[in-house]
Amino acid sequence: MIAKLKGMYGSGIEPLTYAGQNYMVVDNSLIPEILQVLRNEEQFDYCVDITALHYPAREKQFDVIWVLYSFARNERIRVKTQIADGASLASSVPIWIGANWLEREVYDMFGIKFDGHPDMKRILLPEGWKGHPLRKDYGILQQDNEWVQINLGIESGQ
Amino acid sequence: MTDIHTTHPHLDLETHEKPFLDANELVINMGPQHPATHGVLRVILRLDGEKVLGLECVIGYLHRGVEKIGEHRTYTMFNPYVDRMDYVAAVSNGLGYCETVEKLLHVEAPPRAQHVRVILTELNRIASHQLWLGTHALDIGAITPLFYTFRDREEILKIYEKYCGARLTTHAFRIGGLQYETYTGFEKEVKNFLDFFRPKIDEYEELLTTNRIWVERTKGVGIISAEDCIAYGVTGPVLRASGVKWDLRKAQPYANYKNFDFDIPIGENGDTYDRYLVRMAEMRQSVRIIEQALGALPEGPIMAKVPKVMKPPVGEVYHSIEAPKGELGYFIVSDGSTQPYRVRVRPPSFVNLQALDEMCRGELVADVIAVIGTLDIVLGEVDR
Repeated sequence: MIAKLKGMYGSGIEPLTYAGQNYMVVDNSLIPEILQVLRNEEQFDYCVDITALHYPAREKQFDVIWVLYSFARNERIRVKTQIADGASLASSVPIWIGANWLEREVYDMFGIKFDGHPDMKRILLPEGWKGHPLRKDYGILQQDNEWVQINLGIESGQ
Repeated sequence: MTDIHTTHPHLDLETHEKPFLDANELVINMGPQHPATHGVLRVILRLDGEKVLGLECVIGYLHRGVEKIGEHRTYTMFNPYVDRMDYVAAVSNGLGYCETVEKLLHVEAPPRAQHVRVILTELNRIASHQLWLGTHALDIGAITPLFYTFRDREEILKIYEKYCGARLTTHAFRIGGLQYETYTGFEKEVKNFLDFFRPKIDEYEELLTTNRIWVERTKGVGIISAEDCIAYGVTGPVLRASGVKWDLRKAQPYANYKNFDFDIPIGENGDTYDRYLVRMAEMRQSVRIIEQALGALPEGPIMAKVPKVMKPPVGEVYHSIEAPKGELGYFIVSDGSTQPYRVRVRPPSFVNLQALDEMCRGELVADVIAVIGTLDIVLGEVDR
C-alpha cells in the first residue's frame, strides 16, 4: 500500500516505522486528499484519534497526527503532517464525521484551525478563554486570570 | 398516544398541520448539575414538545489538564494520574499506560505479571459493568439493581484493597510489570468471588431482561447503525451492540489475551436493550477469562528489568486497549528525557459522546437519559 501511495505522491510522503508501528509523514499540501484516499480506497474507515504536537524551536511548529484504523485490514497507521503557527488545515469532518470533536480539541489545546469544520469552537475550555494550553509556551500553572476574575469572581485561579 | 389523537386531533405530533401551540423549538438546558448525567455534563436540548429535535453537549467541566501535567512528570510519576481519568475502571487505564510506556522502552512484562494483569483487568471490567448497570437502571427508574450491583461490586473492591491498598484508583500496575506479588489467598479469593458472582448475573437478568417496563423503556431507543458507529468512531459495547464483531482483545491482542478462549457478544439492532444484553454477556465472558487465568498462573518474576530512571529512546508509540467503555488509546511521544514530550489519551467516552446527538434525534426527553446511561460515559475520561 505504501508503495502505491508513494507512486502517487512521490516525495510528498515519507513512510517510517517505529516499534513495529507504521506511520507516514506527509506534506501538508496533500491533506485532505491523502486522507480521502486512505478512507475510500484503502478502507481506513475508522478515525481513531486526531492530535497535535508542538515543537516551538522548529520553523513549522506543529505536527498534526491522524491515527487511522481499518476494520477490514485490521491495520492501524498514523499520518503526520507539519504546519506553521497560524496556518490552518482542511477539516476531516467530511471524511469521518467523528473527527468533529477531535478537531475541536486540537483547536482548543493548540490553536490549530481546521477549515470547513462545522463548529470550530472550544470544547474543553470555556468560550472566551484566551490561550492554548498544550503549547509549550503556556505555563503549567498558568490560567486566563481575566476570564477567571470576570466569570468566577475571584482574584486568581489558584 | 392513540387517546390523545382521538380526543385532541390538533395535538397531532406527526404532521403539525394544525399546531395547538406555536410549534417553536424549546431550548432547554440539562445543566451540569443533574442527577442523571453521570457527572458534570451539560446537554442543551432543542425540543418540540417532548420530542428531541437535536442536542448539543457542552463538556469541559471536569477538565483537569491531565495531558499538560503529563509533560511535567516523569513516566512513573504520571502513572497514578491515569487512574483518575476513568475513575470507575482505573485498572484498565493503568494497563493501557503501562503497556504503552513498555512499548516505548522496548521491554515486555514477564508472563506472571501479564497473567495477573489480565485477572485484575477483567475483574475491573466486571466492576465497571456492575456500576454501569446499577446507575443506568437507576436513571430509568429501577432502584433495586443499584443495590444489588453495588453490594456485589464490594467483593471486587475488597480484593483490590487487599492487593494494592486502594479500592477505586488502584495504581495497580507498574511500568515493566507489577510491584506487589499476589497476596496469600489471592487465587482462592478470586475463585470464591467467581462462584459467588455467577448466580448474581442471573439475578440481575431476572430483574431486568424480561421485565416489561425495562423492555418498553429500552427496546428501540437510541438506535445507531453500524455504519454510523464506525463513522463516529464509536467503540466498545456500543459498537458491538450494533452488530460489528470487533474487540481489541481479539483483533490486536495485548497482555496475554491470546492465550484465553472467550466469545465476543454482539447485538443486532443497536438499541439500548441490545447494549444492555451485550454488557451482561461481557460480564459472563470476563468470568470465563478469569477462570481460565486462575487455572494457569505461571511462576516467575513479576517485574521486568527496567531502569530506575526511565529515559525511553526518542520515538512515539500509540497503543490501545479494550477498556470497558471502548478503545482507550495512549499516544506517548518521548524526546529521550525522563519526562514524556506529549501524553495523549484517546478516551472512549469522549468519542462515544459525540454520537449522542445522532442517537437521540426523534426520541423523547426521557429517552435522552436512557441513552446517556447506555453510552456508559465517565466524565473524568471525557474531560481529562
